[in-house]
Amino acid sequence: MGRIKAKPEVCMGCHLCEVWCAVAHSKSKHIIKAFLYEEDKPLPRLLVEEKLPLTFALQCRHCAEPDCVTACISGALWKDPESGRVIHDPNQCVGCYSCVLTCPYGNIFINHRKREIIKCDLCAGLDTLYCVSHCPNEALVYEDC
Amino acid sequence: MYDYLLPEFLVERREDSCIRCRVCERQCANNVHLYDTELDRFFLSEKDCVGCQRCVELCPTGALYVHPRLADYRPNSSWTRDKMQNLKKQAATGGVVLTGSGNDKPYRVYWDHLLLNASQVTNPSIDPLREPMEMQTFLGRKPDTLKIEFSEGKAKLASEMCPNVPVQIPLVFSAMSLGAISYPAFKSLAMAAKETGVLFNTGEGGLPVEMRDEYADCAIVQCASGRFGVDLDYLNSARIIEIKIGQGAKPGIGGHLPGEKVSDYIAQTRMIPRGTDALSPAPQHDIYSIEDLSMLIYALKEATNYTKPVSVKIAAVHNVAAIASGIVRAGADIVAIDGIRGGTGAAPLATRDNVGIPLELALASVDKRLRDEGIRNKCSVMAAGGIRSSADAIKAIALGADGVYIGTAALVAMGCTLCHKCYTGKCNWGICTQNPYLTKRLNPELTSQRLINLLKGWSHEIQEMLGGLGVNAIESLRGNHEHLRGVGLEEWELNVLGVKGAGE
Repeated sequence: MGRIKAKPEVCMGCHLCEVWCAVAHSKSKHIIKAFLYEEDKPLPRLLVEEKLPLTFALQCRHCAEPDCVTACISGALWKDPESGRVIHDPNQCVGCYSCVLTCPYGNIFINHRKREIIKCDLCAGLDTLYCVSHCPNEALVYEDC
Repeated sequence: MYDYLLPEFLVERREDSCIRCRVCERQCANNVHLYDTELDRFFLSEKDCVGCQRCVELCPTGALYVHPRLADYRPNSSWTRDKMQNLKKQAATGGVVLTGSGNDKPYRVYWDHLLLNASQVTNPSIDPLREPMEMQTFLGRKPDTLKIEFSEGKAKLASEMCPNVPVQIPLVFSAMSLGAISYPAFKSLAMAAKETGVLFNTGEGGLPVEMRDEYADCAIVQCASGRFGVDLDYLNSARIIEIKIGQGAKPGIGGHLPGEKVSDYIAQTRMIPRGTDALSPAPQHDIYSIEDLSMLIYALKEATNYTKPVSVKIAAVHNVAAIASGIVRAGADIVAIDGIRGGTGAAPLATRDNVGIPLELALASVDKRLRDEGIRNKCSVMAAGGIRSSADAIKAIALGADGVYIGTAALVAMGCTLCHKCYTGKCNWGICTQNPYLTKRLNPELTSQRLINLLKGWSHEIQEMLGGLGVNAIESLRGNHEHLRGVGLEEWELNVLGVKGAGE
């Protein structure tokens, strides 16, 4: 399984990764339509950590032994043994946010409107990793490990 | 004091496209865009906009337009807007009006009045994709004669050869010091030079010790009036040593790197205390004559055991030909001429816009003078200052240059948009700043590739044009004025350039 690696030395803190992550997980996948016209405001599933001048984007690490999976009370989170991804099933999620509390990276986010969690799914079902391909400075790279 | 200045740029936001992502706000070091979370709208501080277009290019929805603001004083051909703005600026501050980058005044650009030849019928043109095309050239002094001895059927070169440095393409990155430009920008130039087999020039900011192993082999190191960063290892690690006498953007004046830009790293490289102003005097205080220059040239040659060519860089000024002749006679192996459109990190506006002469005229007159005196072979001539394209470069070579320095063009390839605010240290493109939040905007891996692409593109174009001329080596074109014709030029200009008018 690969993972997305941040390069803080060239991350310029523009937050475009957040913008495009939100677009990737919107209904229309069209940036203006998603932000201005869709009912559900598109939300990013990664966060640019900032302590200026230091900035870098962080998303779910898809841990080998994920605390969030252990903490999940409803079986909505599991680690797919094949792809190595930590997968979230909103149909099973009860919105207890135990995973949010346990994630050591603070990378599980809350969709307050739907009372469910959202997290990086490595752009499942999409052609590219939006945060990686839209970073203007190549501060996010996908690496096989 | 209130300055009564008109905003220079108009910033327009298309509300039907803006998604409030705040990229513009984060990217602007001048704080032009300010988002108000309470009202969910942006407020603008247009007065601070420098027109660098960073926000426009990074806006993911193309919602921003930045263009010159039309609001103007009453039209007046003599008292133009910029003249009046500068007066107001000075009235408010009492200081020298500063600027960065190169001269933007409409002096005649001679490159645009020179046309190249092409082969038709009487001699064949060459297809560079099918036939070899030599782009390599050698920088340094050439011997007066070539003596060859034959012994036992083998030929041997008997003349003593001076050190020469090969460059794979006759394009060299201009002197831009670490300190004036950011470390990622500096490193990008070094990486690109190394990859393409050309050279980069350290300027007078020294060459960081940890870069020497990898990049000194493609470095021209400068020894300028401030002598920053000069030590024996610096001189000996480089390929060429350049004595900087003058700079095209500011002939006759020195340099000033403000203390706030002198970080630990720059202080170490320049060998000065951290936070102190790096002042380069206007003259080199040990050079008040050609004889003094000769002493420094030979001091540097002694220090490097006569293994490196020594270059002398001067600004193109009125009697540049005589000065260049003196420089060659003083022992320089390379003469670099920097024209009035050369760039700078900071210069007084009055100097940048009014002092010096165009490179084209200076180059042609230097080449002619050196030929007339029979000393052209004793040096290579580098042309610098306002080379914008491969066509400018090839015309410079036809006018008599051995190689061409490209500075501004390289910066533009890295992202620069010529906003002329280099002196503020707030370069939004991460080039001319030492602010770590801004310098991160250059990823040397990407920017060096952009520079490599630029050189590659220019090289292809030069080869195409050379092929069209029926010439298969760049060195065969050097100083061949027959391949040039002037259009729209006056008699005296054609005479100085040494070219015929078109149709002649």
